[in-house]
Amino acid sequence: MELIRKMGRTVLVSVHRIGVMGLFLVRTALYTIVPPIKIGRVIKQIHFIGFQSLVVILLTGCFSGMVLGFQGYYSLSRFGSDAFLGPMIGLSLIKELGPVLTALMVTGRAGSAITAEIGIMRISEQIDALELMGLNPYRYLVVPNFLAGLVSLPLLTAIFDVVGIFGGYLIGVKLLGVGIGTYFGEMSSYVGMKDVLEGLYKSLSFGILINWVCCFKGYYTSIFTGFGAEGVSKATTQAVVLSSVLILVWDYFMTGLLY
Amino acid sequence: MEMIKVEDLHKAFARNSVLKGISLEIRKGEVIALIGGSGEGKSVLLKHMAGLMKPDKGRVLVNDNNIASSRGKYLNSLRAKLGFLFQGGALFDSMTVFENVAFPLKEKTRKSKQEIKERVLQKLSSVGLSGSEERYPSQISGGMVKRAALARALVVDPEIMLFDEPTTGLDPLIGLQILKLIDAIHRELGFTGVIVTHEVPRVFDIVDRVAFLKDGKVFAYDEPETFMASNKEEVKKFLAGSLGRPNPGGPAIFRPCDMRESEQR
Repeated sequence: MELIRKMGRTVLVSVHRIGVMGLFLVRTALYTIVPPIKIGRVIKQIHFIGFQSLVVILLTGCFSGMVLGFQGYYSLSRFGSDAFLGPMIGLSLIKELGPVLTALMVTGRAGSAITAEIGIMRISEQIDALELMGLNPYRYLVVPNFLAGLVSLPLLTAIFDVVGIFGGYLIGVKLLGVGIGTYFGEMSSYVGMKDVLEGLYKSLSFGILINWVCCFKGYYTSIFTGFGAEGVSKATTQAVVLSSVLILVWDYFMTGLLY
Repeated sequence: MEMIKVEDLHKAFARNSVLKGISLEIRKGEVIALIGGSGEGKSVLLKHMAGLMKPDKGRVLVNDNNIASSRGKYLNSLRAKLGFLFQGGALFDSMTVFENVAFPLKEKTRKSKQEIKERVLQKLSSVGLSGSEERYPSQISGGMVKRAALARALVVDPEIMLFDEPTTGLDPLIGLQILKLIDAIHRELGFTGVIVTHEVPRVFDIVDRVAFLKDGKVFAYDEPETFMASNKEEVKKFLAGSLGRPNPGGPAIFRPCDMRESEQR
């Protein structure tokens, strides 16, 4: 009987949390649409989420493309299809790896910092102070991150794709001897606007997802994850893990939907 | 005339009932101390007065408006009359002291940059923080953080000031300075004030009345002299504990002088 009661309690708590999380997203969307928007804070967050992630994105993009160059050439040459290395790298990066790996990198670099920052503001009563001044914490803390994510993620993904294709070129063309015309010519024949748009839609949705989860975890630190430094630490870990898992799960559904 | 009126306030967290029917009236211009043991709900009551928490039952009237059931712009209009000094100061740690104090004026008023600067410098001077404008909260002491937070709360000329343990975490001398500062500013501005504190009996010098919370209710609500002379056993026990005197009804309270006496014996 006690076991059933515990299970029931766990289910109720989980449903409650999902509900609160859903309401958080609705409120954020509402305040994003309805002005005023804190432009200064949005630009600051674009600088933080977007610009400051550039080095990580350049490195991971380049090496992902280079690995794809090796692996792709190795697999395709077995079937005598190494001429299709360009389309293979292009499609893999633009449709799948670009958006997903960029989102995972941004989660690790910026998402965790967003949760920690908002979480510390929560436990040190800075969010209460904002409320008492008659200011809306969503407009100051959540909406700027949300908009910055929507702007930054597609741009970072595009940079990741370009650098990845260049990495594949270095390995495929310069090292393994695939013709430059073959590499880029076949790529332009097989990669279409539909594929680019698929990557764009994914990166936009990941931008929403990362900031939704990371801001939520920070905002509700003392309520759902406990008090003090330990609460912030737990919230940050949960934000990164949940965001990463949701990125992969959501990617599956998006791929199925846009297939 | 009552500035704040709390009526039959109840609040529970999970299954733990903290406030069990609090009723309290605070007159315009008076300052009261909210005292009681740890976990008695003093800060919870204070946060209800600021509309930061919603009660399970009861009302909190600020100027005859129920802040407990207010939302949105109406709640903000009520809060515009409130100042709140948080236990840890709650200064924005990414801003300098000047930016912290200027923040409410920048966001909520249409004052020019020059007007804001003059007002902020004047408030910082009144709390003894001239010269610390460009420092960040992490670069100043705990007492200075409290002073800066006080300046930020006062910069919008609140009619009501709520103080959540203003001296906690400070050494006794700085704590006394903060209490004196609150008293001096109250004399100058004449706000209605509520001070949640453990500084008993030092706080009695600057308040008009004392509300003693016990078991989720207001157990005693008197002037400091009457409260100190109370015959109620719970009040005597609390005062004995706070003053470090032997507790008549309970176990003996340890004091350093007791140790010296026992060594001499």
